[in-house]
Amino acid sequence: MKLLVAVKRVIDYNVKPRVKMDGSGVDLQNVKMSMNPFDEIAVEEAVRLKEKGVATEVVAVSIGPAKAQETLRTAIAIGADRAIHIQTDETVEPLGVAKLLAKVAEEEQPDLFILGKQAIDDDSNQTGQMLAALLDWPQGTFASKVEVDGDRVGVTREVDGGLETVKLATPAVITTDLRLNEPRYPSLPNIMKAKSKPLATKTPEDYGVDIAPRLETLEVTEPPKREAGIKVDSVDDLVAKLKDMGVA
Amino acid sequence: MKTLVLVEHDGSAIKDATLSTVTAAKALGEIHLLVAGSNVGDIAKAAAAIDGVGKVHVADAAHLEHQLAEDVAPIIIDQMGHHDAFLAPATTTGKNVAPRVAAKLDVMQISDIISVEGEDTFTRPIYAGNAIARVKSSDAKKVITVRGTAFDKASAQGGSAEVETIDAGSSGGKSSFVGAELSEGDRPELTSAGVIVSGGRAFGSEEDFHKLLDPLADKLNAAVGASRAAVDAGYAPNDYQVGQTGKIVAPEVYIAIGISGAIQHLAGMKDSKTIIAINKDEEAPIFQVADIGLVADLFKAVPELTEKL
Repeated sequence: MKLLVAVKRVIDYNVKPRVKMDGSGVDLQNVKMSMNPFDEIAVEEAVRLKEKGVATEVVAVSIGPAKAQETLRTAIAIGADRAIHIQTDETVEPLGVAKLLAKVAEEEQPDLFILGKQAIDDDSNQTGQMLAALLDWPQGTFASKVEVDGDRVGVTREVDGGLETVKLATPAVITTDLRLNEPRYPSLPNIMKAKSKPLATKTPEDYGVDIAPRLETLEVTEPPKREAGIKVDSVDDLVAKLKDMGVA
Repeated sequence: MKTLVLVEHDGSAIKDATLSTVTAAKALGEIHLLVAGSNVGDIAKAAAAIDGVGKVHVADAAHLEHQLAEDVAPIIIDQMGHHDAFLAPATTTGKNVAPRVAAKLDVMQISDIISVEGEDTFTRPIYAGNAIARVKSSDAKKVITVRGTAFDKASAQGGSAEVETIDAGSSGGKSSFVGAELSEGDRPELTSAGVIVSGGRAFGSEEDFHKLLDPLADKLNAAVGASRAAVDAGYAPNDYQVGQTGKIVAPEVYIAIGISGAIQHLAGMKDSKTIIAINKDEEAPIFQVADIGLVADLFKAVPELTEKL
């Protein structure tokens, strides 16, 4: 079984984003960037399936500027076999990403395509579903458990009321939730080895995909600020406040 | 504009998130609803009674019982031949199906909107709610998911929409439902509760989490939530999680107990009307957003609070 995983380079999740004064976006100059946490989980899951003997090859794909190659090297250091970088300095929306990934899927013919459920920068939660739609494949979104059984895959999904399990015919698209696994730290020898693994560089034009954005960002602003309130000294004071509010 | 709103239901009742989505749709024009499921006659009737709805389209078939995205999306795509916009609540159901619809229509979805500024302009939070983007769509048809807590609920009464049965299609056969494990409980639902008490890692164990929080929640008729740390540690089930990757809530009162206030958690609750924090670390970031803070050991403060309420 061949697996594709999609990874995105995003602002590190520990960094508090700063909105630019001119309202044009979030300041990413000199900010620590990392692999999107949900994508790390996707890579880890693919590598685990390889370690179990279920998967034969794991290919990581990323779309973005030259520096996205660092993210792909990280994916290889975790255990991916090779990588495909689709280089562009433009902002690519989920629809454009899904179209590019669908082309890669047609070329690579994977059995499973694993993505994170959302990127922590645009918070869209769309790409996996769009990819599944474009390929006419079934989708297992927000996965917290993945079990491959022949040419079927069982996916336990995190839904609002609890958990739900679906069975999908492969090829299929899976998007990861946080609880799917705990990604490993790549070891130093693996990081060194990752430097010599194959990494193909392509462009959106190579795939004939139009990535022109459909949404125009008119303005990015800070959310309304919440001010710190008061401190109370005792539980009695807190109870009094709750009673004032009519809660208790 | 003619908008189609997906009715979220569990087979027995319409979820409140639908009512908030109807309010968002009102700003766009004429509202039609779509009910998909199996044996959903009563749901369709309830949908027709929602205030402001023009028409209810009902797709009723056995293969739609679990509303799998693969089966529901084609029905919506079919309807988009004569609708200008599709709106779904930004719940796990809406998030699952809407992008599948958008891609098939070749439009870019606008996720999790918090306001409607015009027919093609909307605001939505990005970067875990640390920034708000105002975006304008150039697509002919709009596909949108709506953050329920950002819109008032439309009245569930007063409407008298026409109900029309539509073609339910057939199962594509590529996906099937195996089973569900739903959290039981008679407390209010997290996303629509007026009061939420939420616990963090400081509880130390599943036993203490429930022993301390459940009686307090019962006294306040509150829903119980949790931070990711508490969920990951196994103190609370997954669907209790409040945050960027869990549920987004905005109750009247949010009581955060033993929660430090990481940005990921704040993204899920900082639009609550009143935030109360109980934490023994007075430097905890949660105190920077809390309206009322109490620096105290939760193991003493929570039982005392429960008793005195």
